[in-house]
Amino acid sequence: MFQQVPMVEIDGMELVQTRAILNYFASKHNLYGKDLKERALIDMYVEGMADLNDMVVVFPGHPPEEKDAKLALIREKTINRYFPAFEKVLKSHGQDYLVGNRLSRADIQLVELIYHLEELDPSLTANFPLLKALKTRISNLPTVKKFLQPGSQRKPLLTAEAIAEARKAFRF
Amino acid sequence: MAAKPKLYYFDGRGRMESIRWLLAAAGVEFEEEFFETREQYEKLQKDGRLLFGQVPLVEIDGMALTQTRAILSYLAAKYNLYGKDLKERVRIDMYTDGTLDLMTMIMGGVFKPLAEKEETLASVVKSAKTRYFPVFEKILKDHGEDFLVGNKFSWADIQLLEAILMVEELDASVLSDFPLLKAFKTRISNIPTIKKFLQPGSQRKPPPDSHYVALVRKILQF
Repeated sequence: MFQQVPMVEIDGMELVQTRAILNYFASKHNLYGKDLKERALIDMYVEGMADLNDMVVVFPGHPPEEKDAKLALIREKTINRYFPAFEKVLKSHGQDYLVGNRLSRADIQLVELIYHLEELDPSLTANFPLLKALKTRISNLPTVKKFLQPGSQRKPLLTAEAIAEARKAFRF
Repeated sequence: MAAKPKLYYFDGRGRMESIRWLLAAAGVEFEEEFFETREQYEKLQKDGRLLFGQVPLVEIDGMALTQTRAILSYLAAKYNLYGKDLKERVRIDMYTDGTLDLMTMIMGGVFKPLAEKEETLASVVKSAKTRYFPVFEKILKDHGEDFLVGNKFSWADIQLLEAILMVEELDASVLSDFPLLKAFKTRISNIPTIKKFLQPGSQRKPPPDSHYVALVRKILQF
C-alpha cells in the first residue's frame, strides 16, 4: 500500500504495516488479552520491545567503525531500560505470563527479542532470572518448541551482506 | 463522574499531539501537565509511572499508559473510533500507522541541524505527495464514501486530517493534485468537536519552533 513490505495476504486482504498485521493475528488468535485494559498493557509492552528490536535488526548493517558504539547502546538500553521493566512486571504479579495470567503476544514477542539479543551478547539476561524463566517456559510450548527447531520457517538474523542486498533492492 | 485523562508532556506537539487530536475529536476533556525543568521529568521517572522512562504518559482509567500507539489504540477503542470489527480495525491500523510514520518524520526533522532539517522536511513533502496521499485519495475514490473506513468517522480520519494539516504547514500546495483529500479535509474540519479544536484557545499546540526544540533538548538532555 505504501510501497513497502512486509505484506501478508490473508482472509481476502493484502495487509501491510507490521503493527497492523501483528495486531490482526493477535486478535484473531486470542493472544491479545481479554479486554481493552489488558490490550493496552500488551500494546505498551510490545511497543517498547519494538523500539529495542528496531535497533537490533539494523545492527548488522552498520559500518564496522560504528558497530562497537551501536552494540554498547543496545546493551545499555537492554540492561538499564527494557529488561528491568519486564523483570519488574513479572515480579509484581508473580505469574507465568506478562499479562492476565495467560499467554499473549507480549510473551511471544519478548522471548523472540531475548533470543535476538542473546545472539549479540549471551550475557545480557544474566541478572534477570524471571526473564530467563519466561524464555524457558515459552520455548517449551509445543508450537514454539517446534518453531525453534531446525527446518522450521524461522529465519536467522539478517547478515551484513543481506542488508547490503536489501539496500540495493529498496534503494535506501 | 470519572476523572479526566491527564497528559504529561512538553508544551508542544511532539508525540503527544495525535493523542490530543483523538481526545478532542471524541469530545473528551483532558488535563495537561507540562515539563518545564529536567527535575520535573526526573521526578516522574523516579515515581515509577514511566514504564520505559519515557513520555508521552497518559493517566486514564486507573492506568499509567505510555507508548504513543498503545495510548492511541486504547482511546480509539474506548471512544468507538476503531471500526466495527476486526477487518475494519486492521484497515484503520494500516492507515494510521502510515500517517503516524509520516508525522514522525516531521517530528524528528525539527531536531536536526538546519541543512539536514530542510532536506528531511523536503523529503517528507515528497513522500506525502508520492507515497501517502495518493493511497488515501484512491481509497476515497474507490468507495466514494465520506470517511476512510466503514462509512463511519474513525481514528483513521482524525489522523489523516492531522497529517494533511502538518504537511500543508510545510507546503501549502501539497493537496493540489488530490481533490478528494481537499474535500475530505473540509468535511472533517467541520465536524463540531474538530472545528472547536482547530480554533484558537483550544489545547492544540503550535508547530515546533526553536524555543520548543531547545526546551526538549534541555529536559531530555540530548
